[in-house]
Amino acid sequence: MASAESSVERASDSAIPRPSWWARTRSSRTAYTYLFPALIVMSIITFYPILYQFWMSLTDFGPSNINPLAKNYTPPKYVGFENYQLILQDKLATKNADLASFKFWRTLGFNIWWTFSNVIFHVSLGIVIAVMLNVEGLWFKKIYRAIYILPMVLPQLVIATIWRNMFDGQYGAINLMLKIFLGPAFPSGGIDWLQRIEPVAFGLPLSYFAMLIANIWLGWPFMTIVATGALQSIPKELYEAASIDGATGWNKFWTITLPLLRPAMVPATILGIIQTFNLFHVIYFISGGGPLGQTEILVTQAYKLINNNSLFGIGAAFSVFIFIILGCISAITARISRVAESYDG
Amino acid sequence: MANSSIAQPTSRKGLFARGRGAGRQLEWWQQLLLQAFCLTVAVSVLFPIMWIVTLSFKEAGSARPLKLEVIPPSISSITLSSYQAVIEQPLSKSAGDISFWKLMGNSFFLAAGVSFFSVMIGVAAAYAFSRLNFVGRKLIFLSIGFILLMPGIATLAPLFAMLAKISTSLEILRIIYFTMAGLLVAGLALMTISRIRSDDFRAGSAAFLVGGLAVAALFLWGGMQIEIPKNARPFELGRSLYGVGLAMISGALPFAIWNLKGYLDTIPKELEEAAIIDGASPNQIFFRIILPLATPALAVTAFLGFMAGWTEFALTARFINKAENYTLAIALQTMTGQYATVSWSNFAAMSIMISLPVSIVYLALQKYIVGGLTLGGVKG
Repeated sequence: MASAESSVERASDSAIPRPSWWARTRSSRTAYTYLFPALIVMSIITFYPILYQFWMSLTDFGPSNINPLAKNYTPPKYVGFENYQLILQDKLATKNADLASFKFWRTLGFNIWWTFSNVIFHVSLGIVIAVMLNVEGLWFKKIYRAIYILPMVLPQLVIATIWRNMFDGQYGAINLMLKIFLGPAFPSGGIDWLQRIEPVAFGLPLSYFAMLIANIWLGWPFMTIVATGALQSIPKELYEAASIDGATGWNKFWTITLPLLRPAMVPATILGIIQTFNLFHVIYFISGGGPLGQTEILVTQAYKLINNNSLFGIGAAFSVFIFIILGCISAITARISRVAESYDG
Repeated sequence: MANSSIAQPTSRKGLFARGRGAGRQLEWWQQLLLQAFCLTVAVSVLFPIMWIVTLSFKEAGSARPLKLEVIPPSISSITLSSYQAVIEQPLSKSAGDISFWKLMGNSFFLAAGVSFFSVMIGVAAAYAFSRLNFVGRKLIFLSIGFILLMPGIATLAPLFAMLAKISTSLEILRIIYFTMAGLLVAGLALMTISRIRSDDFRAGSAAFLVGGLAVAALFLWGGMQIEIPKNARPFELGRSLYGVGLAMISGALPFAIWNLKGYLDTIPKELEEAAIIDGASPNQIFFRIILPLATPALAVTAFLGFMAGWTEFALTARFINKAENYTLAIALQTMTGQYATVSWSNFAAMSIMISLPVSIVYLALQKYIVGGLTLGGVKG
């Protein structure tokens, strides 16, 4: 088919004189005029920094390599893939003793587990609550809807600092509440949610569970909103037909509600996965990656390398790892969403 | 769960079926169970918010709570002194000297500047991606999408290294400000003259002229604000809010393009086709049809950009080293942490003052924002 088309084109080419290059690119030129400001700005402050980052990651870039006019300026030294090696072999402590607890694979593994465990809760809670709220005849629906959106409305940074405050080892709201509920069973020293080093379950420290609670609180309302939108577009006749056929509520949930929610929930879940994978505020402000780096995720670690330790070269190499990993994740999720699409269509 | 009540209505359908299943009643125990469930969820959502609101109404400087109070114990116990204390002295003395209004001004300048700029040039690019065909369209759009996946922190190192290199003396900075003001005025004058000559001077042109003059006046004012003390340190872009703003635009602009493109795709093509038949050029379509129709999306995208900028933390904390350039987010961060000496009631008051303006706008725009977010999600 392609060859047939091109031969047709060639035939018409010989018949009519080919329009000049200037005329042919007319629509492209209009488009590029519209794109011009955005492209210029983005090439300088988005695309170029990404390239610059690759170069930085091959050098020992540090604070003294920044300003060429400063007195102590030295040009950065090319070190090849040493930074990548230091990261993968957990030898960052040779550059900065602060980083003695750094473990790359643990950080990556935790990051993936963190994302997975959160999004599971977000999506399932989101759907369950949306379905409950969608029941006809439920009183106070509007009030509940107004309350449930609050976690989305508050700035994330503020939410994270508030939860940090609530998980305080002594006077935090969570401990004060547990004290009331547990009475004498509550440990006298309080529960040190964020600092306790020894793992409590699944090899994860208490601070992970604290952040899980905080982030579940933060994340499900978005999924509920998406699910509510999708639920309201499911025709009621489907349910009526199903109940005539004798389907129970549970049957209907699995055979009508869930499949019809999927087209809306799959993209929302992918969005949730990517956002949770990079969720800086919650980790940085609640546990700070602690204790002993056990709850560090890739972005918080990258930030510490650059901000606290001024290891720009190593930080750049770390960011390159983030690019690669996110590239893999987006390839996988694109695949999943395509599979979901073809299933529906 | 709701099936038992569905089983019967087939017989009552004729009576009650006004619209879609209207008038259906829940059994009392179903209503009770559902109410219990919904209330539990509501309480868990409200708990942290009420905790922080109650804390903020305590006496300023009151250290740490010993009792769990989620509702103020009595009306007489409510005091706004924590708010007052935070406004008077937002940072502890050791952290630096800056007034609350200056903090707020810095945050506003950063957030408004970044979102205005990225929406302005983002909408033109979004129009090109949505409606025009050109070489490299798919490739550029996909690379923008990939940038969106990346956290802002992933390009922190190169942005910091690049921007920190740029420094200039304050005199030159002042000259740049004045030049910008002059160029703006000159450009506006040329535009106005040509419009008047071709008899095309309308209300829109007048508004544009006034807006342009206001921006020029801002530049002029900014230039005059620059004081040059003796032995002044040079202006360092990477250490100023302008630098932070530039770094933020590197993430905000792709977001604006992506989000606005998603919206522009939903504007029916027929409107433009009709305009093309009437002989409209792409420029006329853009300014007379697309822009007016996209106003809600512009507002929402600008607001989302504003909200991100209002509490931007990571870049600001890395770039800014002088207290006079601190933002609300940095101030809030100095109030948290285990060894922070700031009282909890002051922290709570600060949290609320940061959240309230954006939260109210978010609630007001809620309907549009949610639509936009899911739209963007579907396109992703």
